[in-house]
Amino acid sequence: MVQLCETPNAARRALLQAGGAMFAWAYMPRFALAAEGRDPRLVVIILRGALDGLSAVAPVADPDYAALHGQLALSLSGDHPALPLDGFFALNPAMPIFAALFAQRQAAIVHAVATPYRDRSHFDGQDVLESGQAGPGLVDSGWLNRAMAVLPKGDRISKIDGLAVGATTPLVIRGPAPIVGWAPQIIPVANEDLASRVLALYQARDPRLADSLVHGLSLDRIAGNAMTDKTMRGGMDTPQGMRQAAIGAARLLAAEDGPRVAALAFDGWDTHVNEGGATGRLAQLLGGLDGAIGAFRDGLGESWRDTAIVVATEFGRTVHINGTTGTDHGTGTVAFLAGGAIKGGRVLADWPGLAAARLYQSRDVMPTTDLRSVFKGLLQDHLGLPQTILDTTVLPGSIGVRPIQGLVV
Amino acid sequence: MVDTAPGPGLILFNRFGMGARPGDLAGLRLDPRAALKAELAKADVALVSEADASALGLMSTTPNIQAAYAAQAERSLDKKQAEDATRLGTAPRAALWGIGSDAVAEARPNAMAMTAARPPAKPGPRIEQTIYNAEALARIDMATRAEIGFVERLVAFWSNHFCVSVRKGDIIRVTAGSFEREAIRPNVLGSFLDMLMAVEHHPAMLYFLDNNQSIGPDSIAGQRQKRGLNENLAREIMELHTLGVGSGYAQADVTSLARVLTGWTYAGREGRQGEPGSFVFNVRAHEPGDQMVIGKAYLQGGLGQGEAALTDLARHPATAHHIATKLARHFIADDPPPAIVDRLAKVFRDRDGDLRALAVALIDSPEAWSVPLTKIRNPYDVAMASARLSGAVPQEAGPSLNIMRNLGMPLWEVADPNGYPDTEAAWGSPEEMKLRLDLSVQIAHGVRSAKAPLDMLDDLAGQEASADTRLAVSRAESREQAMALLLMSPEFQRR
Repeated sequence: MVQLCETPNAARRALLQAGGAMFAWAYMPRFALAAEGRDPRLVVIILRGALDGLSAVAPVADPDYAALHGQLALSLSGDHPALPLDGFFALNPAMPIFAALFAQRQAAIVHAVATPYRDRSHFDGQDVLESGQAGPGLVDSGWLNRAMAVLPKGDRISKIDGLAVGATTPLVIRGPAPIVGWAPQIIPVANEDLASRVLALYQARDPRLADSLVHGLSLDRIAGNAMTDKTMRGGMDTPQGMRQAAIGAARLLAAEDGPRVAALAFDGWDTHVNEGGATGRLAQLLGGLDGAIGAFRDGLGESWRDTAIVVATEFGRTVHINGTTGTDHGTGTVAFLAGGAIKGGRVLADWPGLAAARLYQSRDVMPTTDLRSVFKGLLQDHLGLPQTILDTTVLPGSIGVRPIQGLVV
Repeated sequence: MVDTAPGPGLILFNRFGMGARPGDLAGLRLDPRAALKAELAKADVALVSEADASALGLMSTTPNIQAAYAAQAERSLDKKQAEDATRLGTAPRAALWGIGSDAVAEARPNAMAMTAARPPAKPGPRIEQTIYNAEALARIDMATRAEIGFVERLVAFWSNHFCVSVRKGDIIRVTAGSFEREAIRPNVLGSFLDMLMAVEHHPAMLYFLDNNQSIGPDSIAGQRQKRGLNENLAREIMELHTLGVGSGYAQADVTSLARVLTGWTYAGREGRQGEPGSFVFNVRAHEPGDQMVIGKAYLQGGLGQGEAALTDLARHPATAHHIATKLARHFIADDPPPAIVDRLAKVFRDRDGDLRALAVALIDSPEAWSVPLTKIRNPYDVAMASARLSGAVPQEAGPSLNIMRNLGMPLWEVADPNGYPDTEAAWGSPEEMKLRLDLSVQIAHGVRSAKAPLDMLDDLAGQEASADTRLAVSRAESREQAMALLLMSPEFQRR
């Protein structure tokens, strides 16, 4: 079952609930945060392509797992044993940093989780995951951005632009609240004189490009300067690229006046063929993700204490392996939580089991936890957003989806 | 620039074309619609000519794959021999380290004298890379020499719609170019059905979306071995190539289409089923029996079963709407006016997917001549437009490929089968604009032209250049800075 833990900062939430009127709420969280001396950071990492949750976090004690997941199944024995978590689940051996954080109670896992989307298109699945809408459809803002936009004016987080990492901005952080983009530098930089001339031209002729460029310029200074290796080897679907992106993002988030909310997207999780298990293609990607989480931990320094990272994917993959030693598009999967602010050391799962009758449409892990309840729990306890706003504005149509409480220390 | 009605020159060369070359705008007295239609009417305008192909050493897909097979075999033999030699202790150093290569000796005389640990000689380019570069140069050559470049824009559009990616491996590296020449170019002004057929029969696509590995569970091969169905190709045909996501098909339709397409593959290295690297229908892997796809039964009929299903998908109304939306998004606006989408979809349906008729409908649409230029050029357009503006025809692919890679759009190398995005959000983001600024300096470095900067602005936008841009360019502190400003100007970046 989902563990519903009592949260230690009940006083803060009591304040929020008491402040039912919009006016009252608007000024509460800021004082509450200041009183606790917290300066929260929230990082959302989207894994594009649909992560196989059963090969990332294996239910090794489920009697049906080993047979169903065949060659891809992880095991606690053998040459590349999975890393034990709680006796029932075990972690892919490519993620030792995450395992160590889990042991230090700074990382947690949510399993058998899914968005409300029940079909199997990457495109639509990512739209639902990132837009925060109950179903697919063309939208131009994401839940993380809308969460930033509804924070009271003057709140620490709403004062500073959100951070989009990578050459393209993930939908989850697009929207009304201002954002800036940054990606690891790959070519020499233009000088300031040219930059200011181009900016002046844009301000006269093309305000949208002016806005983009000014943000691109200001961010690069902070993130890029201290990086020892400015060359990005490969895109953000390689272990090196993931790590480089995290190093730069952590540096920006750690800055006193830097962004407090960031979104990254890592491509390449669509493992139709030769997925591999404890080693192989998926393990390589998981190793990249693990390295990125480690780079956040190292780069954030003191701020790690106030950081929550959530890693989510659009849907899972089939329980059975397909004809080509891979898996096809499925449903239930896993979400990772990490950071000093996370109340970790737990796998949160209302585990449905893998017996034939318990699978979704006889092929996928049955989703028993709505991913939105994870997002809501974080946004409520970490950023101080009240549930009514989460239900309607940030994650519209999610009134029945209760926030998971106690995700945050 | 964003909110004003564009002038005909920018519509012609930015919205529809590949960018103006020196003199193009000065000579623009024709009706621009007529100029676009004239390009469509040129014989074989989309095809790489035999002479160009042979000059560049281009081959078709089958020999390209065979070349990759041969190179792979040779490399593994070399590796094995080197390993054997090391194990037996008989390896001459030169063979192991490639010493004897003059290049190494000349480049590092001191190092050679000082130490015995010598770096291995740099190997020559792999055949796969040579083929890729030649194909890329052919694409760049077509785009830089085109009169306006509308047809080349259509080629790039369809190539992205039916994308394959070299990230998948060497088989795509050697076939991405020939795939475009064989499946896209001959049909770009022909019928959508013909293009779809050519694409889904092509080894590059069958490999990219794993259909070469998909085996019917009840087929002869399926009963003998463990491998089975892979639904990747079937799903992307419905979601990306034809109907579009959310158009009403179900998981069961995907699975059925995957069964229908089992056996569509290409002959392997040993050539047991046919000439290595050529399309084959492997009846032993084909799932026997009738299949229902979107409410229609396709009877057991081998290859014909799949071709019948593809034919119906090509003619489905959802396909017409999907294609019309993407085309209008590419050429008109990120959120195209519904009227033009409806009109294009109707042409698609009424003319049985006639892509020439669709191109003419785009030219004739009033929106094309009135909607402001709010799109931003994608990195391929940037690379081609800057090459055209310089007035030189590139002799090698490298510089253009670097521009595309640095701006996040390496040629034939998308991260997933959706293809590259086609919106301002994707290509006008803060990070991207910063990259474009930095890159404009690199491009400006490389342009060899003694022209006065304001003359180059006339080449770029003619009378349609804004006073602000003219002023900024005239005040630049160097020719190079003027060139960078030109490349960053809205007149260059917007389309």
